[in-house]
Amino acid sequence: MAAAARFFSRRANFKLSLSAVGIGAHSSFGAALLKPSPNCNSRTKTQRRHAAHFTFQPDPVPTQYGPTQKMNLFQSITSALDNTLASDPTAVIFGEDVAFGGVFRCTVGLRDKYGKDRVFNTPLCEQGIVGFGIGAAVAGATAIAEIQFADYIYPAFDQIVNEAAKYRYRSGNLFDCGSLTIRAPWGCVGHGSLYHSQSPEAFFAHCPGIKVVIPRSPVQAKGLLLSCIADKNPCIFFEPKILYRAAVEQVPEEPYIIPLSQAEILQEGSDVTLVAWGTQIHVMKEVAAMAQEKLGVSCEVIDLQTILPWDTETICKSVVKTGRLLISHEAPITGGFAAEISSTVQEECFLNLEAPISRVCGYDTPFPHIFEPFYIPDKWKCFEAIKKMINY
Amino acid sequence: MAAVSSMRKMYGLCFHAVRQTAGRKASRLLQHRAFRVTAVHQQQPFDSSLEKPQFPGASAEFVDHLEFIQPNVISGIPIYRVMDRQGKIVNPSEDPQLSKETVLNFYQNMTLLNTMDRILYESQRQGRISFYMTNYGEEGTHLGSAAALDPHDLVFGQYREAGVLMYRGFPLDLFMAQCYANADDLGKGRQMPVHYGSRDLNFVTISSPLATQLPQAAGAAYAMKRENLNRAVICYFGEGAASEGDAHAGLNFSATLECPLIFFCRNNGYAISTPTSEQYRGDGIAARGPGYGMLSIRVDGNDVFAVYNATKEARRRAVAENQPFLIEAMTYRIGHHSTSDDSSAYRSVDEVNYWDKQDHPISRLRHYMTARGWWSEDDERSWRKQSRKTVMEAFERAEKRLKPNPELLFTDVYQEMTPNLDKQRESLWRHVQQYKEHYPLDLYDKYQH
Repeated sequence: MAAAARFFSRRANFKLSLSAVGIGAHSSFGAALLKPSPNCNSRTKTQRRHAAHFTFQPDPVPTQYGPTQKMNLFQSITSALDNTLASDPTAVIFGEDVAFGGVFRCTVGLRDKYGKDRVFNTPLCEQGIVGFGIGAAVAGATAIAEIQFADYIYPAFDQIVNEAAKYRYRSGNLFDCGSLTIRAPWGCVGHGSLYHSQSPEAFFAHCPGIKVVIPRSPVQAKGLLLSCIADKNPCIFFEPKILYRAAVEQVPEEPYIIPLSQAEILQEGSDVTLVAWGTQIHVMKEVAAMAQEKLGVSCEVIDLQTILPWDTETICKSVVKTGRLLISHEAPITGGFAAEISSTVQEECFLNLEAPISRVCGYDTPFPHIFEPFYIPDKWKCFEAIKKMINY
Repeated sequence: MAAVSSMRKMYGLCFHAVRQTAGRKASRLLQHRAFRVTAVHQQQPFDSSLEKPQFPGASAEFVDHLEFIQPNVISGIPIYRVMDRQGKIVNPSEDPQLSKETVLNFYQNMTLLNTMDRILYESQRQGRISFYMTNYGEEGTHLGSAAALDPHDLVFGQYREAGVLMYRGFPLDLFMAQCYANADDLGKGRQMPVHYGSRDLNFVTISSPLATQLPQAAGAAYAMKRENLNRAVICYFGEGAASEGDAHAGLNFSATLECPLIFFCRNNGYAISTPTSEQYRGDGIAARGPGYGMLSIRVDGNDVFAVYNATKEARRRAVAENQPFLIEAMTYRIGHHSTSDDSSAYRSVDEVNYWDKQDHPISRLRHYMTARGWWSEDDERSWRKQSRKTVMEAFERAEKRLKPNPELLFTDVYQEMTPNLDKQRESLWRHVQQYKEHYPLDLYDKYQH
């Protein structure tokens, strides 16, 4: 009522000519309506939005790759793509909206720098984007395809699984699309809900012939993406979108590669092995600190990095040492990649296990909107799982 | 040339269809609409003082009369042909006037393919190979188009284009090796018969999923455009595969990204048992081209010269102008879909016989040749004897050859052997050593580890 009165009193200030009736964008109407009263400057609890479930922990500055520059995740991606376009004249980048810089700004500046024949928009069609990428790779180009969200990769599933993955095998190595790399934003982002939060790595882990890679940070992302691009097999590179701006590190300006299929031990420990990838690594690092502080438990934290083909040796060696394994991912637990790791580890390390292998994952539901804080495998759930394993 | 006049004809047909809707005032406006392929729309500066549409999405006029565009399927896009069913040239200026040597080469390839088809089909019936697909009735589409291309042009096929590979020189031994999956197969025995491929002959290995090759062809053509080496891509597919989402993707991408590419649709009337009346309601595949902004033509697929002329012109312009072309070659699938199909379950023997006897690409070309004194009964008899002999000899060689080393089960999944696959390979080796009498090792090249 009062709001309505305020609205009507403000009307005198609005230009009432036809051209300014602008119900659309750029009108001050909405902002005016929502301006709080002078006395009220903090929001009620239902107006606040939830803070992130982790704190990004940057790695030490790498010194072996030359001069570094402060970059966030999307800038480190841009840097990798820039290096690639500079050194490989056959390299092309394409997908929806990449020309103006991309919805996550990963391709900003590249079209101006390298030309519109090398950085270009495609029609809105994921099966076309991947199919086109396969064909370009078959013809010898370095094809870097962007899928706008991993949630939308499924129309391209046939092209990826039936075509890209099998091209070399079925042709007896006459043809291949090894110079294809597919990039897609991945994982929870706080409000993404069903279709802007998915982690589909498990679907692709079941497909021999492709590689699936997920970085945890800007330095990792640039090195792993450059490895994927150089790799002579079609690769899918999932980029944790929640880290695009939140993760900032000193990243080398020159190109460098981080080898695929080599899991990285981030922190050594003796009591429990914690395995994760992408955003969840930062959760695990906090869990390891909590376990040490509150339970006196020493955790070995491993970033798997490459989901397919995955580094069984490093994981198994660690579990032989610690006797306990916790694997955590946002994707739903049933058929998630933790199941594959768990199955292999129990085969290889059965007698070394002190407790059943623990998986702390998303529930078997679609990714919910408002229930995200309850859905995600947060540090408290992981902490509780460690307690159970220690006390088994 | 042919494409443009056919476009004009189609444009005129639209006008004709519009006239049929009892001459309304709007008809005069309608003739300026639809199917006119204009240059890429340039965005004009916005000026609402003019009574012209300003929408970025379409360059068109306003119309004040409600009328739906009539899809024209009664008298659709006309079918370009050079010879009549008796092999006589209809319009002499369209005769490509190919040399006797070239025409004889067409004929011999088509008949050799036919002979190979008969023998391999029969061999499947006898349990000697696992599966086969014949090309009966469509030999004209293969030879006419293949001959119009350069040897460096890249070919993406569906599965009924063996004549293209044959024309390019793929030896009988390698056709047979692939069908028998023996140790000579370039594909290392991994795929079902007729999934041929050849790097040297620029023929991308066939895969079973339909229409996946259309967007791939667009990507390959784009890469070739950037290389600037005067290479084109041709992409074959059937009218059934044209219903797949990938077909829409391929056509749209090739047009928007300006790719030097020929889409060649073999419309042979059936997708296994599904007739065209159940595959689409519009005017076939050619009518879809203009929807993508693509130059399109429909040709008589059983007329080798029509196929040749259309493909030649499309290839020339695709490379010169960096735009895709759509050729719909009308033909008929005389054979069954494959050895797993018995088409008498869904079509009459009379229908099949009509095409076999009255409108066959091989017969029509033969009439053309005999009319010029280029081919006699004696030539026919001795050629048939010779081709049958060479096919049978290749067949017997292929049949005797061992299968590839079982180790090849594990290679080429990735470019490199991975630790995981190495373990599995080791595991199979140990298992077979222990249970060797239960595995058909005598059929395979020595199982080397």
